[in-house]
Amino acid sequence: MIRGLIGGAVLAAGLATAVPGTGRAQSVPARQSEGTQEAQTASAPAPVVYINGIQPVMDHNIYMHALLDQFEARFGADGGQFRYDGQAWFGTDYDKLWLKSEGTVGTNGKFGDGDHEALYDRAISRYFDVQTGVRLDIDNGPTRAWGAIGVEGLALYFFNVEATAYFSDRGAAGRLQGSYDILLTNRLILQPQVEMNFYSASDRARGVGTGLSDIDTGLRLRYEWHRKFAPYIGVSYSGTFGQAADMARSRNERVHDLNFTFGIRTWF
Amino acid sequence: MSIRSLTGRGAITRRRFVIGTGLWGAALAVPQRSAGAYAPVYTPASGRPDPLPGTRFDLTVGSVPVNITGARMHAVGVNGSTPAPILRWRQGDTVELNVTNRLDEPSSIHWHGIRVPADMDGVPGLSFGGIAPGDTFTYRFPLHQSGTYWYHSHTGFQEQTGLYGALIIDPRDGYAQHFDRDYVMVLSDWTDVDPEDIVSNLKFQSDYYNFRQRTVDTFFRDAHRQGLGATIRDRLQWGAMNMAPTDILDVSGIIYTYLINGQSPAANWTGLFRPGERIRLRFINASAMTLFDVRIPGLTMTVVQADGNDVEPIPVDEFRIGTAETYDVIVEPTADGPYTVFAQAEDRTGYARGTLATRPGLAGPVPPMDPRPLRTMTDMGMGNMDMKGGMAGMEMGSSPGKPGEAPASGGMDMDHMDMKEANRPGAAAMDMPGMAAASRHKTELKPGVAVQSVAMMPINRLAEPGDGLENNGRRVLTYADLRATIPGADPRPPSREITLHLTGNMERFIWGFDGKKFSEAEPIRLTLGERVRFVLINDTMMEHPIHLHGLWSELENGQGECRPYKHTITVKPGERLSYLVTADEPGLWAYHCHLLYHMEVGMFRTVVVS
Repeated sequence: MIRGLIGGAVLAAGLATAVPGTGRAQSVPARQSEGTQEAQTASAPAPVVYINGIQPVMDHNIYMHALLDQFEARFGADGGQFRYDGQAWFGTDYDKLWLKSEGTVGTNGKFGDGDHEALYDRAISRYFDVQTGVRLDIDNGPTRAWGAIGVEGLALYFFNVEATAYFSDRGAAGRLQGSYDILLTNRLILQPQVEMNFYSASDRARGVGTGLSDIDTGLRLRYEWHRKFAPYIGVSYSGTFGQAADMARSRNERVHDLNFTFGIRTWF
Repeated sequence: MSIRSLTGRGAITRRRFVIGTGLWGAALAVPQRSAGAYAPVYTPASGRPDPLPGTRFDLTVGSVPVNITGARMHAVGVNGSTPAPILRWRQGDTVELNVTNRLDEPSSIHWHGIRVPADMDGVPGLSFGGIAPGDTFTYRFPLHQSGTYWYHSHTGFQEQTGLYGALIIDPRDGYAQHFDRDYVMVLSDWTDVDPEDIVSNLKFQSDYYNFRQRTVDTFFRDAHRQGLGATIRDRLQWGAMNMAPTDILDVSGIIYTYLINGQSPAANWTGLFRPGERIRLRFINASAMTLFDVRIPGLTMTVVQADGNDVEPIPVDEFRIGTAETYDVIVEPTADGPYTVFAQAEDRTGYARGTLATRPGLAGPVPPMDPRPLRTMTDMGMGNMDMKGGMAGMEMGSSPGKPGEAPASGGMDMDHMDMKEANRPGAAAMDMPGMAAASRHKTELKPGVAVQSVAMMPINRLAEPGDGLENNGRRVLTYADLRATIPGADPRPPSREITLHLTGNMERFIWGFDGKKFSEAEPIRLTLGERVRFVLINDTMMEHPIHLHGLWSELENGQGECRPYKHTITVKPGERLSYLVTADEPGLWAYHCHLLYHMEVGMFRTVVVS
């Protein structure tokens, strides 16, 4: 926002003096403009006028990326599942629109664990961003809406972490995610990963319980054939705990599920 | 970004070596002429400057088909070639350059290191409005100086895509050093990848192009070599900073092909000579992102000029040339050779290679690349606590120096554990009165989004050859060796100091000065005629070649009044150095890191002289 204001001021100043910008040798537009603004004191020098409003470098460009971190088939004792987990963002070095989405198509063919977030992301430190926005649980279960606030970034020792708190009229929830890249070689990378969900109140319709409700964790070995395209194999474990485990048992669902996994990590 | 351009990463080197004569064709094909136009006698690919200087040149910027890696691409060139034509001028003349833009985007040409009126400097927004597609802009300026320089676009990423060329200004009173023939040696880095994609990739993943990171394998090898405890401590130390010692150059040989005079290693640029001749080689680093370490096995190179200004001759085996710097060396081969000109990228992911030979078609042996350097705690701004880095710098400082001259930092390294001592700029402090006091001044700079680290103890590293060149058994040039052949023109002491931190956050690929990008910062204001000292402190773990347009940067390297005049000064990681500037030309001047992608993301300031 501040940069926008500065840019506007520079642009306006540039337009105002665009005509003398074509001066001959030795005539310098900035000096001309200072000459015309003699009221300016030494302590407040005239702003620099960029000719035709041209910035010599474009250092506040908008970049856009999307990362599909998990896009995988899972095979276990109970049959197969499909899972995806991705993020996308759009913005400058400091301010971004950040989207997250994950979900699982279970053995029963139902879309579950559908979590979709739209966040405003603000860089606040060397390695961390603060994210605020909304989370919508949209899948084959009942829809829930949450307010979200969290941090995402690189903890010391290169741990990727996300910690987000969610609030709604049903109470509060929390999610912790972490992963770490172990470089076996520069292209063969072993990544342990974990996601944990906590809830302050159970929600039987969505199968979540008070306290630690579920864990999804995996150990994936990917080969970065291309930085942006890495097939992987691994094992994943998903489990429910406490009340959530009871609910799963009552629905005849597996409480602890160990799967063989293969998929693709890709980004653009 | 095309996947194709990266899929062959593993095999790309081999592929590159197979191809490689594309530029010759491009260069030979199209000397565009118009009435009274510049018609080159020699192509830029030959490295041979025209024998006679000219005063009027028609230069047409346009798209040029090239095939450097095996893929047909379009470069941006001048008069149908990249590198652009070698311009030869004469000191005292006034030159006129009619530059026509045949691209479908704006363009510009900046005369790097040439002292021109501000509106002739060629930086869009600061000097002029750029050159719109189809337009012609006429540059006209008198030449007060002589030497080897270069020119390049200052618009977007055109410099990366081919718009660069050599320029030579013959001294009015003849050369101080006799030579029988001369070649320009334009070093550059070519890639088939769109520069916009490179920046975008680096913003997403700053180690995108680094496939030399430490792995489980190197962990065990290091543990075997230096002990498990030491290896774990080392990994924890770097991990605690979220930094990697393998972080040398941001863009590597994974996508770069390194060129001499536009030719790949496979094409093997060749310069002919007769044994016994004195050959002047005018090295110009016209790359976007690469520092080169240059040597010619079997020949001693005598450095006679740096950044266009004569220096007392220094015989060396090797020198590091930062982006945008120039060094003229003289070699005197007495045998037939052939001799390989070997310019390896600092990160050792590739090299440019050419040959000096007595007839065409010969090739000398190509040496293996040196081990890749690793950053040390000295690079992290922790002074000489790291014995390895500090000692290496000291030893090298004394070997290539001129007889009877103490290395500039000689006074510095004796007491490694005394922070204040290490902070003192050593012997150089004698002609840098303000510096010792300033160095004790605590910076208010704090780590943040744009500042990954702040050097706790930046030191004088002028007498060090640089990371990867320590103790390599060769005489390597250092900045402390450079001694101008004439005393500086302005004997006044500086009236004030401007201290700037070179800062960045590699993880986010944000670069700037004092933690601010160009768009977030105020310009630097100088009063016309004033003499100031610039003090640069490199808080980052990479070298930054800092270029001040329009005014000379007189490096305070302990050579007293014979300070070398430079236009680009490479600041090592964890280093603190200073230079003097006389603000004798009014106008708006660009001041920036000459690593193109650092500049474009914000490592840039406007300097206002008024």
